[in-house]
Amino acid sequence: MVKDITIGQFFPGTSVIHKMDPRMKLILTLVFIVFIFVCKNFYSLLLMVAALICIVFVSKISMRTILKGIKPVLIIIVITALLNLFYIKEGTMLVDWHFIHITTKGVYTAIFMVVRIMCLIVSSSLLTYTTSPTLITDGIEQLLSPLKFMQGSVHTVAMMMTIALRFIPTLIDEFDKITSAQKARGADLETGNLVERTKALIPVFIPLFITSFRRAYDLAFAMECRCYHGHKGRTRMKQMKYARRDYLSIAVMLVIIAGIILLNHFFGKVI
Amino acid sequence: MSVLKTENLTYMYSEGTPFQIVAIKDVNLSVEAGELVAVIGHTGSGKSTLIQHFNGLLKPSSGKVYVDGQDIWESKATLRQSRFTVGLCFQYPEYQLFEETAYKDIAFGPKNMKLDEAEIDRRVRQAASYVGVTDDMLEKSPFDLSGGEKRRVAIAGVMAMEPKVLILDEPTAGLDPRGRDQILELIRSYREQTGSTVLLVSHSMEDVAKIATKVMVINNKNVEMYGTVEEIFEHAGRLIEIGLDVPQITKVFLGLKERGLPVRTDIYTVQQGREELNRLREMKQRGGDAAW
Amino acid sequence: MASVITFDHVSFTYDDFLPEEQNGERRPLNNLAVKDLSLSIEEGSLVAVLGHNGSGKSTFAKLCNGILVPDEGDVTVYGINTKEEERLMEIRQHVGMVFQNPDNQIVASVVEEDVAFGPENLGVPPEEIRKRVKESLKAVGMYDYRKHAPHKLSGGQKQRVAIAGVIAMQTGCILFDESTAMLDPRGRREVMDSIHKLHKDLGKTIVYITHYMEEATLADRVIVMDHGTILSDGTPYEVFSDTEKLRAAGLDVPQATLFASALREDGLPLPENILTTEECVSAILESI
Repeated sequence: MVKDITIGQFFPGTSVIHKMDPRMKLILTLVFIVFIFVCKNFYSLLLMVAALICIVFVSKISMRTILKGIKPVLIIIVITALLNLFYIKEGTMLVDWHFIHITTKGVYTAIFMVVRIMCLIVSSSLLTYTTSPTLITDGIEQLLSPLKFMQGSVHTVAMMMTIALRFIPTLIDEFDKITSAQKARGADLETGNLVERTKALIPVFIPLFITSFRRAYDLAFAMECRCYHGHKGRTRMKQMKYARRDYLSIAVMLVIIAGIILLNHFFGKVI
Repeated sequence: MSVLKTENLTYMYSEGTPFQIVAIKDVNLSVEAGELVAVIGHTGSGKSTLIQHFNGLLKPSSGKVYVDGQDIWESKATLRQSRFTVGLCFQYPEYQLFEETAYKDIAFGPKNMKLDEAEIDRRVRQAASYVGVTDDMLEKSPFDLSGGEKRRVAIAGVMAMEPKVLILDEPTAGLDPRGRDQILELIRSYREQTGSTVLLVSHSMEDVAKIATKVMVINNKNVEMYGTVEEIFEHAGRLIEIGLDVPQITKVFLGLKERGLPVRTDIYTVQQGREELNRLREMKQRGGDAAW
Repeated sequence: MASVITFDHVSFTYDDFLPEEQNGERRPLNNLAVKDLSLSIEEGSLVAVLGHNGSGKSTFAKLCNGILVPDEGDVTVYGINTKEEERLMEIRQHVGMVFQNPDNQIVASVVEEDVAFGPENLGVPPEEIRKRVKESLKAVGMYDYRKHAPHKLSGGQKQRVAIAGVIAMQTGCILFDESTAMLDPRGRREVMDSIHKLHKDLGKTIVYITHYMEEATLADRVIVMDHGTILSDGTPYEVFSDTEKLRAAGLDVPQATLFASALREDGLPLPENILTTEECVSAILESI
């Protein structure tokens, strides 16, 4: 049951998007998300969506996987759409029936919000789908490294992330193992109300915590024995280097941005 | 009567996905009540998957599992009953301890069986005595006990459910020779005292030879051999072929045979080896080299 | 030959050590301390330290690279006293360590990145790290797995990755603290093969702590520990010939050795130094 939870899901691949420098991907994803909110009319929004679909296509991640990523936030999308639809009173009245009032502005805003949220989810999950968690962590660490005053803490956080990512699968296995062991002793984890079920998990979580502490203790020793002493004087085997594809991606992004600004300018604001 | 039985038991991990892996295939086995069966096979042979079927932790992809003649997947009740008829003690069981005291931890299983206080108390003390856990140790936190003691408390936790069949997965893993011998001895005496059926999963033919009445060799997702210790050791060469560790004395006799000495190769203790070699020497004295 | 590790009258006690006796069995809470231990490990040797749980063998290992510091006496590693706290990093560049639990010593989620961890900490230039990672993984036969996630590997493979991580630090001496205890027979063989390769091909000084007698017989020198002191020390033949002493210390003796001594009792003239299957078979064929 725990295996269904996938943190930082990553689909290895060899596409240009996969091969891009993680730092560039991080920056461009941020820029892209900002510009989702700069779109002011349907033409620029359409350009954004078209661009995103092209990127997904290039990344060779299947549309089904992308849509699956949206599923968990579907409820939020629907609620946002409904709220906008019913509460915005500006613009021409389209429906006026008892307590339900729908205006053009409401419809536009609802559509905009839905598309924006979906673009937001798709673009950020595209980042995690095409970049291994380790690379994302390293990318963040490298991006923030010019900030000398926080170098130490950035490194510490990055190292913690690395270790967490390394141990999540191990702990999931462990959880399954302990669950089976307690089930074999007659523990009933599947029936009862929420309180009972939570209580039934105690025999699983206590051993899990205890082993985790033991692991942490062992790991600290092992790291010390391999001369770990924080970020000072540390080098990295993997040096990140921007390649031609990264500069090219900047160009593509600039074209998209220019397109949005022009479309915004020539077709006026809808919202 | 057979207490454990399977019919064409097959289990696949991640069934229906591209990662589907067949763990065991078409297993038909039957274990008689009262035996001490050693289940041996190397990692990945499917033995761990197999044993988790006997108390319904894993649901067969196809085929049937019978415990005490009852198809355990017939209803929810029969499934739950199988949890109590078959006690399963996993590898490194000390990592499942969680209660404040060893006593409470051993009582966890009996409590889940909804027994009354007096019966729980009786069972805890009985199980503790099987594994040599003293009253003094029962009152301690399980985390203050030594490694070997923790393991014994954890085993007692399964014994306290008084299962008809006790299955132990690698109960001696990671222990030193003294700890290993202690565990093997307590398993042997437990079976003697209770008369229950015991399945002992192991890598080591040497440990197995000491206490088992029957040996089940799992290889390539199925049961390859099942028989008495003597019968299995007749195929010592085959055991080595499938990557199992046989006792050194067995290897010595396989070596002697290979070099042309007319010896038996189903030898697994030093004493047997001694007798066999003396027999050979006598034969040689009587018949001279010609008899060879 | 120069000695790389020297123990000079070393004693160590854990704070939470309980000397209480129970059931006639000593009950150490953690590990037994070591008592007045003096020995030295020669450069290029292959040493097995054998003992049951609580014999003090793990404490010995931890004293060797400054994880623990003696209460009395001195441990000197490559000329450095382990009490010099500021030189601990230096000591660890001389003596690497592989631990018992394969899961708890791998830091990164990709094999090659984990092997790079040590050299990265030492500030080795990137190209040099890459070279070392490649060589180390090849030395333990894990190069094909360099892009794999450690948690998907078998126990033996994980330990080999951990070994590669130590090789990449280019320490002269490698300690194995019961690194085979949690493995299945195949994993144990893999690790022992790697250990021998390190000794033979790379000329490393190796000390491995174990309670498996079979593994100890493969060393050049066996040190048997009991109650925190040295019970016997010598070549495997010397150590294992005293079967009674070993059994009293709760250890196994090779069946071939036992068998040979039983046959000697029955009047077969077999030599004393029999440990391996092959030696036993040849000796019997010669004398019968």
